[in-house]
Order: sequence, then structure tokens, then C-alpha cells
Amino acid sequence: MSRLRTDRMSAFQEVIKNNEAAILSGWMNELAGSTRRSDLINDADLQRQASELLRLFVDAAQTTSDVQSEAFAGTREFLKEITKSRMEQGFSPAETAMFILSLKQPVFNALRATVKSSSDLMDEVWTSGDLLDKLAMLTVTTAIGYREQTIVRQQEEMMELSTPVVKLWDGVLALPLIGTLDSARTQVVMESLLTAIVETNSQVAIIDITGVPTVDTLVAQHLIKTITAARLMGADCYLSGIRPAIAQTIVHLGIDLNDVQTKAKLSDAFALALSRLGKTVVNVKTAPTKAKEV
Amino acid sequence: MDRIPILKVGDCLLVTIQVDMHDELAMSLQEDLTSQIAKYASRGVLIDISSLEIVDSFIGRMLANIAAMSRVLDAQTVLTGMQPAVAITLVELGMALPGIKTALNVERGMELLKAYLNQDVEPEETEIDGAQE
Repeated sequence: MSRLRTDRMSAFQEVIKNNEAAILSGWMNELAGSTRRSDLINDADLQRQASELLRLFVDAAQTTSDVQSEAFAGTREFLKEITKSRMEQGFSPAETAMFILSLKQPVFNALRATVKSSSDLMDEVWTSGDLLDKLAMLTVTTAIGYREQTIVRQQEEMMELSTPVVKLWDGVLALPLIGTLDSARTQVVMESLLTAIVETNSQVAIIDITGVPTVDTLVAQHLIKTITAARLMGADCYLSGIRPAIAQTIVHLGIDLNDVQTKAKLSDAFALALSRLGKTVVNVKTAPTKAKEV
Repeated sequence: MDRIPILKVGDCLLVTIQVDMHDELAMSLQEDLTSQIAKYASRGVLIDISSLEIVDSFIGRMLANIAAMSRVLDAQTVLTGMQPAVAITLVELGMALPGIKTALNVERGMELLKAYLNQDVEPEETEIDGAQE
């Protein structure tokens, strides 16, 4: 490969340099054909991006055919910029990669018109194809990296949104859980609950799992850990919002919740918490005589 | 050698751990506490660990042992003021300390002990008795 590149330094680089205008127009035709998304990008922008990229590419290709080298730094940066803006505009990674890959045909046409010997032509086609493939891979990598950043950011946002600790009464905290519990989330939930217990000096905490879609052995284990930790700190912890389907699942999985005070509804758990604190709710009109215990 | 002070308050013994526990200290506390319980015929032991920020499995087991020994000497142990980080660590170590009663702070712990000493029947029901108006 290295022999091939050094030997033929002239052919491919010269061809693309001499035929830059023809390649650009051929490329624009290709773009108009296969991967055109006129709903997402207009012709002027596309033309501008293509000519800028081709100019950078031709310049860089004069010195080396190693995409990772210093000479290609400008091309790589520009390509990353394009990819990012494409992703924001709503292009798929495949469409973004096709932007580069559709350059192959015009380059090949130019080579075929210039290089006469068929074995030389094969070599040049290979070199140019290899180069363009690597650039296409770069766009795909960038596109995926962009998506992953989005996912990570959304996970963080979800984590922050989904662990509120609310105070129901003096000394009673509630933790309404929403969404699936995994180890990382449980850690956050546990820490925020325990910290809130210390801060508010609460004796009772209610974990409400109405919003938890499924409870498997792992989730149950996480819940039991949280409840045990709260007990160690001296607070009582009740589990509420257990739907019938989840009650069945828990029993079928053989999860032992005997040490945990469970209630079907948050209101039931709250009533229990109030009675544990020695408080009652009374009807205002009949308060003096008939104090109705909760 | 450092020793953790044990204070006698009526029927109860009060232990506040205010330094980092190392293994030797834990062992001496265990010995001192059992001899004090026997000496004063104490009915309750309150251990405040609100200043304790680091625990390992040894300290966890030591706490469980103290509770078990007190139990044998007919004294009820209450552990108070455990920090969230300590609670999480103990749970992760698999030490739920099932025999020990807990309370948020010393005040509540004393109430819990008093309630237990006043009504010896059904001591299990007095785990959290924070009815304070």
C-alpha cells in the first residue's frame, strides 16, 4: 500500500486538482439524484458546503492520503461541522455519509478519463475510494457521537427530574418514583431520600411506586436497600402504590417484603404515617365531640 | 490509650462516639460497655454515632455485637443519628443490623428507650415512638 501511494503520488492528486470544477458539478448532480433532501437544506447551502469541502480535500490530498494526518485537519474539522449541522437539521447518519460517498462517482469519472492503463486506474480508484470511505466513516462517527451526547444529556435531565422528595406533613416525607429503577438511579434516590430525612428531621418516609412500570428482583432489592438504610437512620419507611399486577409479580418472583410495611395506596400509607406520629384528622364541625381517627 | 466515655443517665447508659472508630477503640468500648451494664444493672443503652462518618464491616459487626451483648444482659440498645452515607455503606455491606433499634437523634432515642422501659410488654411495637407534640 505504501509503495503504491508513493509511486503514484502524481496521478490521483493531479487528476482531482485539474478537474476540480468538473468533479464539483458531477458531485452536485449526484447529490441532486440520490440523497437530496430539499426539505431540509437548500441548493445554495449545499453548493457552498460541497465546494468548500472539495477545496479543502483537494488541498489536503496533495501532500498525503492519510486521513488522520495534520494535512487533513482542516477537512476533518469542516466535515465534523457539516455533520453536526446536518444532525441538527434532521438528516440521518446514512444520508450524511452519502454526502461524502456520492463524491466517488465524479472522482472515478475523472480518473477514467485521464488514466489510460487499466491496472493504474485500479490502483488510483482504490486509493481515492479508500480515502473517501475513511472520510465517510468520520461523518458516521461524528453523527453517532452527537446522538450519544444527546442521550447522555437526556439521561441526566431525567435523573434530576425523577427524584423529588416531597414533604407531606411535619415529619412525613414522600418519594414518588416514576420510571424504571436501575442501580444508578437507585443510588440517587437513596441519597436524596436519606439526606432529606436528616434535613427535615422526618420520622416517616413513604416510597410510592405507582409510576414504576415493572418491579423485578433487582428493583425490589434496590427498594429494600433504601428502606433498610432509612430504618438504620431511625426513620420508618413505607412502600405504597403497589398495583395488583405488581403484587402478583412480587409473589411469583419470591421477593420477601415481610420486613417492609406495604400499602396499596399513598393515602393509606399517609394515614398510617399520621397514626404512627400520634396525629388524627378530624372533621371541623364535629371536632369537639366526635374525633374521627384516621 | 483513648477510651470512649460512657455516661450513666438513670437506668440508661449514654455513649457518644465523637472520634473516628478504629478497631482497638471498638474492642475496648465493647468491654467497657458490658462491664458498665453489669455494674449498674442498666436497662437501656443509647449509642449516638452522629459524628461517625466512616464505617467498615468491622465497626458494623461491633455495633451488632454490642446490641446482642446488651440483649443478653437485658438492656435494650438504641442507635441514633446515623449519617446517610453510613447507612448506605452498612446496607451495601449487607449489615441491616436487624436487632438494633434506631432513632433520628438522641432526643428521640431517649424517648424510645423511656417508652421501652416503661412498658416492658411488646417492646417490638415501640420502635419509632415519636409522638411529641
